[in-house]
Amino acid sequence: MTSVENTCAVRMEEVTKTFGSVTANDRVTLEIRKGEILSLLGENGSGKTTLMNMLAGIYFPDSGRIYVNGKEATIASPRDAFAHGIGMIHQHFKLVNVLSAAENVVLGLEGGVFLDIREVSRRIREIAGQYGFAVDPAKKVYDMSVSEKQTLEIIKLLYRGADILILDEPTAVLTPQETEKLFDVLRRMKKDGKAIVIITHKLHEVMELADRVAVLRRGEFVGEMKVSETDTAAMTNMMVGRQISLNIERSEPRDPKPRLAITGLTVVDGEGVTKLDHVSFTAMGGEILGIAGVAGSGQKELLEAVAGLCPIKEGKILYTPEGKEPSDLVGKTPMQIKDAGVAMAFVPEDRLGMGLVGGMGMVGNMMLRSWREGGGIFVRHRNPGALAKTVMDELEVVTPDVNYPVRRLSGGNVQKVLVGREIATAPSVLMSAYAVRGLDINTSYTIYNLMNQQKEKGVAVIFVGEDLDVLLELCDRILVLYDGRVSGIVNAREVAKEEVGLMMTRLGKGENADA
Amino acid sequence: MTALDAIVALIFNAILNGTPLMFGTMGEILTEKSGNLNLGVEGMMYMGGAFGIAGAYYYEKAAGGAASGPLAILIALLCAFLAGAFGALCYGFVTITLRANQNVTGLALAILGTGVGQFVGEYMRLREGGYVAVSNALKDNFQNPVFPEFLQSIPVVGKIVFGHNLFVYLGILTAVVMTVYFNKTRRGLNLRAVGESPATADAAGINITRTKYLATVIGGGISAIGGMVYIMTIAGCVWNHEGLAGEGWLAVALVIFCLWRPLNALWGSALFGALMILYMRVHLPIPDEIYKILPYVVTMIVLVITSMRRKKEDHPPESLGVAYFREER
Repeated sequence: MTSVENTCAVRMEEVTKTFGSVTANDRVTLEIRKGEILSLLGENGSGKTTLMNMLAGIYFPDSGRIYVNGKEATIASPRDAFAHGIGMIHQHFKLVNVLSAAENVVLGLEGGVFLDIREVSRRIREIAGQYGFAVDPAKKVYDMSVSEKQTLEIIKLLYRGADILILDEPTAVLTPQETEKLFDVLRRMKKDGKAIVIITHKLHEVMELADRVAVLRRGEFVGEMKVSETDTAAMTNMMVGRQISLNIERSEPRDPKPRLAITGLTVVDGEGVTKLDHVSFTAMGGEILGIAGVAGSGQKELLEAVAGLCPIKEGKILYTPEGKEPSDLVGKTPMQIKDAGVAMAFVPEDRLGMGLVGGMGMVGNMMLRSWREGGGIFVRHRNPGALAKTVMDELEVVTPDVNYPVRRLSGGNVQKVLVGREIATAPSVLMSAYAVRGLDINTSYTIYNLMNQQKEKGVAVIFVGEDLDVLLELCDRILVLYDGRVSGIVNAREVAKEEVGLMMTRLGKGENADA
Repeated sequence: MTALDAIVALIFNAILNGTPLMFGTMGEILTEKSGNLNLGVEGMMYMGGAFGIAGAYYYEKAAGGAASGPLAILIALLCAFLAGAFGALCYGFVTITLRANQNVTGLALAILGTGVGQFVGEYMRLREGGYVAVSNALKDNFQNPVFPEFLQSIPVVGKIVFGHNLFVYLGILTAVVMTVYFNKTRRGLNLRAVGESPATADAAGINITRTKYLATVIGGGISAIGGMVYIMTIAGCVWNHEGLAGEGWLAVALVIFCLWRPLNALWGSALFGALMILYMRVHLPIPDEIYKILPYVVTMIVLVITSMRRKKEDHPPESLGVAYFREER
């Protein structure tokens, strides 16, 4: 495989990394070459970032070897990575806001006592000129746009002499124009002989930019291809893999009725980025609607908008409770939504961060939903206590006592407490995000069964998941989000996994397809 | 006395009385720039005061008539610095290494340091027959102006600019050195980065623990010198367990007032010095107590005004008060 211009810069051999019982990378062997753009492709949680973090000195591999320029290297810290000429740009930028571009670049570098900021600025302009960046060395980081910050991160690496650059989903935060500019810069760096790795799950970017693509799935290296010799369908197949049968019980929806009709829902975040762009769909009672999409496609915003937790720019959320008149949820506070007879059950992505209070026991956490009951200033302990006991028995939560702080429970048990509490409010719309994240098989099935029970009771279940196999077997319909837009709504019983995979990467039926 | 004379005297005394505050504030600025909020300034200043006078007193006792003024000053400075640095080291161990809550630890240091200072000072006073003071010859070294007579006799500005004791100029020098250090040196830049965003600094290869320890310990030492300066100048080289009360707290507030800039501490401390002595200089038909609460009232007003700051540069270091765990990046 080695040709004259494509000499090996980094070779990872049989690299394995585990976190507790989870294997993030399992004996991965990967080669990064000079003068080439390698695209690391894979679904969420396939171990792309973990693998590259081991090159950047953030994590240390459990086993395996790393060769840099043919010599075996030990990379135990970011400093070691720099010493080997490896630099990584993380999704969350590492910049000091109140410092200027030049000051950020020179941070932590060795040299004379006094800082010659003019000389630093001169060299930054030199590097910028060489690769066609636009940068003002005196500009403060807090005044910069996301794209400028990313440029600064790249310059920081080049200033330190990095010739192996790793970019973790660099286009996730950029506009199409900024993306184009970034790609130009990357191509110029490639011509200059640098080795470049970009982590992505956007297939069209791979096609447009990369020379070679390596695919990871569930922490394992699946294969690699020359981009010129492959197409998106082949890449998707490698990425999502063969469909696995999970044997989740699924009943036919009985008498589905529109419960939640969403039209043109648009959400813009505090920084002016459009998170949801005219999303329209209808969730039926007695049905499980799956929501698929790569991380950050707007799943969180969608659920939060419905629950009244994030401001809605435009759009309608028409809610029709059993046997009642429809009402619009937009503009109501979470409490009003509840008071209007809308029982909303929300299992946040970050199960502890938002849903539970770590320092309190199960009883206290049950009370978070019922503290307004009871008379006067005193809360009533008896009902939450009984509820905690029920959840503990029915979901087999392993805890020494219902008052034991939930923070000290294992992840699976924490999740059971959360899901159990939400279901206990007898909702008519149950929204859950990543309800089985990090759970073992048996616990996952318990959760699936709970979702199915709710569905059979006529609840409209919205299930945001990351595992396509689960979505395909659990849900009745699947809505695919891409970049805040509806890429398509498909029948989960009929659709092929590859098709959903393609839709997640913007190659499906096109936007706002209805099913 | 003409009105001009009165104004000159007020400014002169304001600077004199603000000097302890100036050291306290500059030490705390250095500490806070590293992201550590050390509320124990009051305690460190008490320790500095007690150990500072103890150093000078016992040196003179040992050397007798041959005691050298400059050496006594050096010993007092060193004793005060080390006492404050030790207090800050304890604080640093608890907050940096053990990552305990900085506010609670700082408050504990304030109480502990006050107690240690009072104990050492009072114990010394009782053992030495109820009165601890250095000789008049040494006092002059601490308190007299350092510039020659002819400079001081320049009308109006002479007294204000050249009429002060050594510590006023030492304070100004410290402020200038700190400003250059923060803005022009590599290590100063690294220190600021640690206080702003330790994760970024860590990724850039800066040793967070070492930077935080150094800034905190040296900052504590500088703060403590303020206590010594109070005892050896304003209090007249006599152990005085009342006069220092409250200075450390004012210093913590003054850091915010100065927007974490050492040069601002120069005029900020003079302003607060003026407020502290106003009751002796300006006579209005109001009770003295009203005057005496002025510094605290102004502090509150200042905190309200400065919390409305607009520019990012005027904000406190972003990670002030937050312990750094590398694992959380």
